[in-house]
Amino acid sequence: MSRGEFYMNLDDYRGVWVFIEQNDGKIEGVSLELLGAGRKLADKLHVPLAGFLLGLEIKPLANKIISYGADIVYLIDHPVLKNYRTESYMKGVMLLAEKYKPEIILYGATPNGKDLASAVATDLNTGLTADTTMLDVDIDNRLLEASRPAFGGNIMATILCKKHRPQMATVRPKVMKALEPVSGRTGKIIEEKIVLQEEDMRTKVLQIVNDVTKKANLADAHVIVCGGKGMGDVQNFQLLYEFAETIGATVGGTRDVVEAGWLPHHLQIGQTGETVTPKIYFAVALSGAIQHVVGMKNSDLIIAINKDPNAPIFDVATYGIVGDALEIIPKLIEQFKQLRSVKGGEISYA
Amino acid sequence: MEEGNSYMHIVVCVKQVPDTKIIKINPKTNTLDRRSAPAILNPYDAHAVQEAVKIREKTGGTISVLSMGPPQATAVIKKSVEIGADNGFLISDRAFAGADTLATSYALSKALEKINKEHPVDMIICGKHAIDGDTGQVGPGIARRMDIPPITNVIEVSEVNQKEKTVLIKRKLTNGYELIQSDLPCLLTIEKEINEIEYSPMPNMITAARYEPIIWAVSDFENVERSQLGLKGSPTIVGKMFTPPRPEGGKRLEGAADEQVKQLMEILMEKKDLLTIQPSK
Repeated sequence: MSRGEFYMNLDDYRGVWVFIEQNDGKIEGVSLELLGAGRKLADKLHVPLAGFLLGLEIKPLANKIISYGADIVYLIDHPVLKNYRTESYMKGVMLLAEKYKPEIILYGATPNGKDLASAVATDLNTGLTADTTMLDVDIDNRLLEASRPAFGGNIMATILCKKHRPQMATVRPKVMKALEPVSGRTGKIIEEKIVLQEEDMRTKVLQIVNDVTKKANLADAHVIVCGGKGMGDVQNFQLLYEFAETIGATVGGTRDVVEAGWLPHHLQIGQTGETVTPKIYFAVALSGAIQHVVGMKNSDLIIAINKDPNAPIFDVATYGIVGDALEIIPKLIEQFKQLRSVKGGEISYA
Repeated sequence: MEEGNSYMHIVVCVKQVPDTKIIKINPKTNTLDRRSAPAILNPYDAHAVQEAVKIREKTGGTISVLSMGPPQATAVIKKSVEIGADNGFLISDRAFAGADTLATSYALSKALEKINKEHPVDMIICGKHAIDGDTGQVGPGIARRMDIPPITNVIEVSEVNQKEKTVLIKRKLTNGYELIQSDLPCLLTIEKEINEIEYSPMPNMITAARYEPIIWAVSDFENVERSQLGLKGSPTIVGKMFTPPRPEGGKRLEGAADEQVKQLMEILMEKKDLLTIQPSK
């Protein structure tokens, strides 16, 4: 690239791409969600949607990617790509992006997706929007409109990348919707070769440890019971564990609760903790401070329980109960236990 | 030092941010009232400095901190010295203003090249992200520009081998963690859970109070492309700001506790797509 005067012929770039993140041959949910979101963008722009993936022995995944909406699958299969590493993966992405020149590339905002996108954006000298929660395109100028919650407030910012291609964004998991897979859907599979030597790699993955103690990861939970300081003390807080267990939910807490030592840091929800988008979010005895709300407001259904009728959490809640959580929660536990004994089964979430 | 010539130089990149705990929203404009918030050292960066101090306890060596910002950002360098950094650099120039993550990593890499030339850098540590931008993109960007491996989401620096020039790292993943060995130099971005910030010893506080960081402007750098700095060097722009659509209801369930619970159960049972009771197998 010529330094100084910057020039890029934007019309050389066509197509919408999605990074298909796979771990051990299993495609991450967010990648399928992005195929759903990418499909809409590609249709609006009248271009193909492509999924691209890197790894070892990954070819069998191509049909699944097509069934979820891709027209083309680009893949690079190589032993050095067995586990994710920034160095080797970014080389693969650079090879594909420079050869086929997509106008948009979407990545899941997972640890690996964010890591990869940040490195690739630097080398492609292009713009990258982080942790997007809304995507659209302006068909007149083919601009990706990547929107995300702006710092703190109850406001969204749409980020544009006008003069550089590809336009890139990382997108939060659980925000976009995957399409229903269509078996037998056809598409093109394009395999590229890459030259990589293990000796040239400066990093080695020695071991991958799946944490089984953390039963459900907050980010992946379908139902979350989140408690605030209003629970009173750590004993009362245990009530939320009982409730969560009854309905198959994961427990989280506000920053106050974590700072009080009632919960470990990894279960904190909010600006300085996890961002979650479950199907159902129970906000129990928490006021709804902004830094908490930004971490949960994209949940599908928010149920707030709080004694204070003026608590801001009621503004973002779908349904609110003004009442004492210590009275309401035991009643809910009882109701669900009854339901289970009547229907005889486990509660689960589609 | 035991290791002879294997002298460790760690550079920690830090940022001054408004304290989001205290910041208020202007109810008329729905935007942040930045004046309402004091400027602080980005909390993740405080943990990054602390981690550098922990590493230095084992390896010896020097910790430098680097920041970009207006002149008052020297405050976060002083704070870093209080935690235990040895010296600090601030790059401050109007030409840096309006930088997105790409232009920021470019500017910081120019400063790092200058630092590296005088005193070779073995490790760069950044916080996972800054709480005002929340992107986490600058760290990996710096690593690419310096051509060293980036290792993001670090939860433990398990071992630093100065003889072999390698480091053993635990990196957080979506469902667990991975153990990585990397050559030095490398760049780490760290999670908060990596350590607890310790109380600063009194001598550090005295040193910090008197400490004056070195301040560089663009003219202090060699081979700098001005077109890659600040607003000009930033491919992304904010197109528009808008208030997101409010969730569907905000409906209050009325009545006594039993009545409220009954209504809620009806609502939850109606959401068949969300909540189903499956027979046990």
